[in-house]
Amino acid sequence: MHIVVCIKQVPDSAQIRVHPVTNTIMRQGVPTIINPYDLFALEEALKVRDYHGGEVTVLTMGPPMAEDALRKALTYGADRAVLLTDRHFAGSDTLATSFALSQAIAQIGNSFGTPDIVFTGKQTIDGDTAQVGPGIAKRLNLVQLTYVAKIASIELSARTITVERRSEGGTQVLKSELPCLITMLEGTASIRRGSLEDALRAARSEIVKWNAAEAGIEDITKCGLRGSPTVVKRVFAPTPRAEKAAQIDTTEKTVRDVADELVTSIFTHQPALEHELSSTGSA
Amino acid sequence: MTVEKFDAIVVGAGMSGNAAAYTMASRGLKVLQLERGEYPGSKNVQGAILYANMLETIIPDFRDDAPLERHLVEQRFWVMDDTSHTGMHYRSDDFNEPAPNRYTIIRAQFDKWFSRKVRAAGAIVLCETTATELALDGDGKVIGVHTDREGGIIHAEAVVLAEGVNGLLGTRAGFRKLPKPEAVALAVKEMHFLPEEVIAERFGLSGNQGCVIEAAGTISRGMAGLGFLYTNKESISLGIGCLVSDFAATMERPYALLEAFKGHPSIRPLLAGSEIKEYAAHLIPEGGFKAIPQLFGNGWVVVGDAAQLNNAVHREGSNLAMTSGRIAGEAIAMVKSRGRPMTSENLSLYKAMLDKSFVVKDLRKYKDMPALIHTNSRNFFMTYPQLLSQAAQNFVRVDGTPKIEKERATTAAFVKARSRWGLVSDAVRLALAWR
Repeated sequence: MHIVVCIKQVPDSAQIRVHPVTNTIMRQGVPTIINPYDLFALEEALKVRDYHGGEVTVLTMGPPMAEDALRKALTYGADRAVLLTDRHFAGSDTLATSFALSQAIAQIGNSFGTPDIVFTGKQTIDGDTAQVGPGIAKRLNLVQLTYVAKIASIELSARTITVERRSEGGTQVLKSELPCLITMLEGTASIRRGSLEDALRAARSEIVKWNAAEAGIEDITKCGLRGSPTVVKRVFAPTPRAEKAAQIDTTEKTVRDVADELVTSIFTHQPALEHELSSTGSA
Repeated sequence: MTVEKFDAIVVGAGMSGNAAAYTMASRGLKVLQLERGEYPGSKNVQGAILYANMLETIIPDFRDDAPLERHLVEQRFWVMDDTSHTGMHYRSDDFNEPAPNRYTIIRAQFDKWFSRKVRAAGAIVLCETTATELALDGDGKVIGVHTDREGGIIHAEAVVLAEGVNGLLGTRAGFRKLPKPEAVALAVKEMHFLPEEVIAERFGLSGNQGCVIEAAGTISRGMAGLGFLYTNKESISLGIGCLVSDFAATMERPYALLEAFKGHPSIRPLLAGSEIKEYAAHLIPEGGFKAIPQLFGNGWVVVGDAAQLNNAVHREGSNLAMTSGRIAGEAIAMVKSRGRPMTSENLSLYKAMLDKSFVVKDLRKYKDMPALIHTNSRNFFMTYPQLLSQAAQNFVRVDGTPKIEKERATTAAFVKARSRWGLVSDAVRLALAWR
């Protein structure tokens, strides 16, 4: 069984700073991590491999420094890592990214065996779009199982997989054929700690590095900025949604006093409301 | 179980560990380095100042790509009382030399860079891997380490303990005791973000020039301690450290000291408008020469902070760490190249080489300083700073009092506070400790 896991190196959003003047994210010096949702996908892939045998290949697209994320994935126990890196990919939106990744996955299939499952996290924490997984599935013509909370079973002989998918109304149990693409939800099994052997192997592994041509991409116009119809029109800091909560001291006051004070306070902040209520005669 | 064996395992990827690993790997040894942090430097909170020469010895062209913040052109030494500072500033255009002498650095970034060099030299670096215990054979020879990962012992001919001031491996194995409270300082530090232009204007700097303030006095409330302020590219590191034994005796709280230091009328304007990025605390070895533990043994050596190699007088730590790491690496490589086993006898080469270096020579020079400062801390950090401030104010304030009376008042204040005998004795002891 061959499983491909798509991961992304993202800035650790817990430690991000926004430039006070330009409102852009100051990436310099901000530590990077593997997108946390991708780690659930990776752990799920490793569990499937441990149970059914086979190999896990991790794939990422990014700058050369994304190698750190891949090496970490190898430390967790992945068998192989592929870094898709090329200046042509710079500025990719989700359309261009899913194009490049799907081409790379096809190439991984040619080089190391056709994948039975492609995993992604449900979304990244820097883009939050949740579009890349479905985009890959569409391009590779794979059945897509999104927001999967649990893999219930895999029947290798029948080439089927049963998963639990979280939806708004509850949990759906879905049975699908292989190959398929799964986007994993958070809150499933957290990532394992690799053994010493995995860690040593990871430190020594050569990471497969492909540029666009090596990934089998012929149409370069579908990559990077040129292949990205998304336009950032404006970057701005959102205005705070609410003012700071007002507090009313209730010690040594009657309920009536507190209520009066509360109503006065509301009307002071919302003069329109007072006008509206008094005109309908209900105040 | 891993059956493979390394020539050397280096525990820790700070300055001393990186220097040792780099030195050995670039001499062709098979080196494994273990770091408990997520990446080298991730646990590091040093100030920090890097002295170029010691790194240059190891990586001559480090200036090409190392993440350096600012090269220092100005050093300010301040003696502070509660409302004033009396300062000596040294600024020289000589420090704008093509290959500057010292830099401010941010260790989280610097150590990552150093580690890339270590890996490029051929060492294997495992992060998020804690060495939990030394593995010994029946004769008590260190043969490797246990880690917190599954997979048993990793074997090596020699283990370099570069595990930092509080390193547990060596103490667990009984090679050295945990440092005594009077031999370590607890320093608390904050990083304050300020735009580059503001720093340049506030400290009179241009380009990559940097400025350092080191301050002593009533800010440590009578304890033996030092405050510091370093300019980075777009941040300021400032902190204060005092001996742990003094903290214990006075029950002063480190963060309260730092708050007071930040609020001092001489410091506050330098930080105005800044945004706190980071808060950290760390132990610094201060015991000096007399606190240096056994440096080598059967299958092991100890380097850097773990070996208490820190010069409190000249505020040098990381360069002693780098140098001890390099020398340990060279010694192990020599023993290896002669085809000898890593026994205590053969590894004594490390100590012999270290004794000849500036590391031990400097520490020996100041061997009596820690004791002097410790026993006399109230005088040196409280009384004298106050007297100095009083004297300076007497000198500069013009109010119609005859000058001769002012001078007498100054002299009288010194004598009253410390007595003639006390003044002479402090001066003599200080001179002796410095000699």
